[in-house]
Amino acid sequence: MISLNVNGEARDVDVDPATPLLWVLRDTLGLTGTKYGCGISLCGACTVHVDGEAIRACVTPVSTVTGKNVTTIEGLSKDSSHPVQRAWVAIDVPQCGYCQSGQIMAAAALLARTPKPTDADIDQAMSGVLCRCGTYQRIRRAIKEAAGVKTGGAA
Amino acid sequence: MNDLTAPEVIDEQRRRLLKVGIAAGGGLLIGFHLPLASRAGAAEAADSEFVPNAWIRIDPDDRVTLRVASSEMGQGVYTSIPMLLAEELEADWARIQVEMAPADKAYTNPLIGQQLTGGSTAIRAFWTPLRQAGAAGRELLIRAAAQTWNVKDDECRAENSVVIHKASGRRLRYGELVAKAAKLPVPSAVFLKEPSEFKLIGKATPRRDTPLKVNGSATFGMDVKHDGLLTAVVARCPVFGGKLKKFDADKSRGVKGVRQVLAIHSGVAVVADSFWAAKHGRDALVVEWDEGPNAKQSSAGIRKNLEQALKRKGVVARNDGDTVKALKAAAKTLHADYEVPYLAHACMEPMNCTAFATKTGCELWVPTQAQTGAQFVASKITGLPPEKIKVNTTFLGGGFGRRSEQDFVAEAVELSMRTGAPVKVVWTREDDMQHDVYRPATLNRLTAALDKDGQPLAWRHDIAGPSIFARVFPNNIKNGIDNTSVEGAANLPYAIPNLHVSWVMENGSVPVGFWRSVGSSQNAYVTECFIDELAHAAGKDPFEFRRTLLARHPRHLGVLQLVAQKAGWDTPPAGGRAHGIAVAEAFGSYCAQVAEVSVERGQVRVHRVVCAIDCGTVVNPDTVVAQMESAIVYGLTAALKGEIVIRDGHVQQSNFNDYPLLRMDEMPEIEVHIVKSIEAPGGVGEPGTPPIAPAVANAVFRLTGKPVRKLPIRI
Repeated sequence: MISLNVNGEARDVDVDPATPLLWVLRDTLGLTGTKYGCGISLCGACTVHVDGEAIRACVTPVSTVTGKNVTTIEGLSKDSSHPVQRAWVAIDVPQCGYCQSGQIMAAAALLARTPKPTDADIDQAMSGVLCRCGTYQRIRRAIKEAAGVKTGGAA
Repeated sequence: MNDLTAPEVIDEQRRRLLKVGIAAGGGLLIGFHLPLASRAGAAEAADSEFVPNAWIRIDPDDRVTLRVASSEMGQGVYTSIPMLLAEELEADWARIQVEMAPADKAYTNPLIGQQLTGGSTAIRAFWTPLRQAGAAGRELLIRAAAQTWNVKDDECRAENSVVIHKASGRRLRYGELVAKAAKLPVPSAVFLKEPSEFKLIGKATPRRDTPLKVNGSATFGMDVKHDGLLTAVVARCPVFGGKLKKFDADKSRGVKGVRQVLAIHSGVAVVADSFWAAKHGRDALVVEWDEGPNAKQSSAGIRKNLEQALKRKGVVARNDGDTVKALKAAAKTLHADYEVPYLAHACMEPMNCTAFATKTGCELWVPTQAQTGAQFVASKITGLPPEKIKVNTTFLGGGFGRRSEQDFVAEAVELSMRTGAPVKVVWTREDDMQHDVYRPATLNRLTAALDKDGQPLAWRHDIAGPSIFARVFPNNIKNGIDNTSVEGAANLPYAIPNLHVSWVMENGSVPVGFWRSVGSSQNAYVTECFIDELAHAAGKDPFEFRRTLLARHPRHLGVLQLVAQKAGWDTPPAGGRAHGIAVAEAFGSYCAQVAEVSVERGQVRVHRVVCAIDCGTVVNPDTVVAQMESAIVYGLTAALKGEIVIRDGHVQQSNFNDYPLLRMDEMPEIEVHIVKSIEAPGGVGEPGTPPIAPAVANAVFRLTGKPVRKLPIRI
């Protein structure tokens, strides 16, 4: 039995310790907001927070997060009120939406560390999260909106 | 035909196809069969109270529920489609809800003849019928109110789900009127609004699905839950057309959580309690494949076959004037071969499907673009009649044409039958990359002639490549032409007196499929780059050269001039950057783009893309902007990176390390300008893709002096 703390709740799971956190979240705990996209840490769809840091759950063995606080998209806020979520709604960022949990978790971790990010900060924090619908421009705008940073350039 | 003109008479056939009835709980149902959907439907009695598979339900509590027949795959149909209804129904937008239509002929897309989301048709297909249904509903509710008050219909008006008697100010909510309205005959004529009267259409409207997509609650196919659900991962032959020879599953069966290992039509399936167990089970399989006749296939061999194919006589797709004669007589001719590779779709959500088949019925939960296709395949496999196959469409984590296929559905249905349990088939990213239906690789031979003033006299374009329709809809090949192979080439808009386009079908072993903007995605690249070569040879500016050749194509010209103006075409960018321009018509819309590009240390970098789109009447402008942004990124990824390579019959790419996608730090600034128009709506999901590759390639041509005749662009 492995003891986890997910979104503030203690959860015990009976899985192989090598199982990636992603599949424990999705298949064992039913938290399907965190997505599978590549399985090898190349797309970022599985991004969650472990003690506030953005990590890729698809390559994180569940045994390595015992005793740490795991936050998924479901736990980012109770009512979609996190500033990043509010900015995502205001700018209508998502299209298909599949990558957006990962985008939002990566953006939330960025802002927690760097409240007023520059474009270079955004590039660095967000380039690991792929979006096939190409919502990057809106993601950048939404991050700046959430940070209260003035958006430069064109729409 | 201008369907924006009021009044719109609902013809006799359409009237019989529109039906109203009473819903359980006392609501008003409005259903319709679209002309192509059902000939039998036309013979059914009119005004029946039984409205199976209604599109619209208005409940006594004022809620309006619309069944949306188009899959939501990011293009915004959960918002734009109900806007069509709400506009004419005069419904309170806040009280409209959508649900995904089940698979049924009532929901056939009249432009395709199946219940299918593709070809950028969603708005075009339902623009008229949904507004007519909304207008008919509005008239019924007004009549019900007028009868209640004992006044004339035209003394009343509807607004925000309320009917108001103009003189007295008396009001009745729609919910109070539905029971009465449901018993009235369908009106024989309805007035559709003039565009100037639109309250909702044309206004940026927030997407209805966004709240679900920012908190993890949107259910994609991958997220389907069911009691007793098993997960399957399938090993498939790495060579197309290969077969299973034998397999040893002893080690797989030893993996904790693995329930069964089964040979199925597509390979060997490992069925387990969870994905991780199923994947481990598959990793432990020992499989021997009969790789079949394509085991030695390679990209170089395929290229040779295309070369050979170009020596054969092609099927003529367009023939103006006498191109052979004009080329012979010309003072100056140009020759170029252009080629494009196979491309994968790479939806962010890998293919998957959940099926639960029993002896009496089969239910699917599937991210699909093709509901009736899924129903048909499940019916064939189970032997159950189509009406016993229930299709639940989830959100799609990207579609781009890939999810019009049924390969993943067939696997899930077979596995549920074989195990007697609900089964979710999950493809890994590697499965998705290596067992796709790819954008066709083509080889293009172009010849053109210029007169002494540099005006084009003749244009010849010979295309060799595989046919998508030959695999999926052979009946759609008309006079030997697969239109998806020549679109974007045969409709070349430039005024060239002698113009010849032909196509040679060369079907290899690699399965090909619809990929965002289909033939136009490669043909616009080829033609728009060769036009730049002509302009260069003529010593003319690429924008001016196009402009003079488009005099008879005002909508092409409109977007071309708009994009040139907005991009500042007259002022070339400084700092080692150059502009490239391209224009294309696709799916009934016109799109031009200017890319601002630099080449730094052998790397192409796109800094800015300005896009002008004329898609006729705009329903949700913010969605149009978003779709342009999306289509540009999709096409740019292909132009800069995309290539599927075959070696020894195997697809060499497997994941995002060797099939990279554009990332945030490579994202250009995109600026979209929409042409104001009252033309009928055109497509929106795909028309933004064709111009981007040639716009970027033409900028690279300017910077390097070398035309880019092969994708992806390599310096």
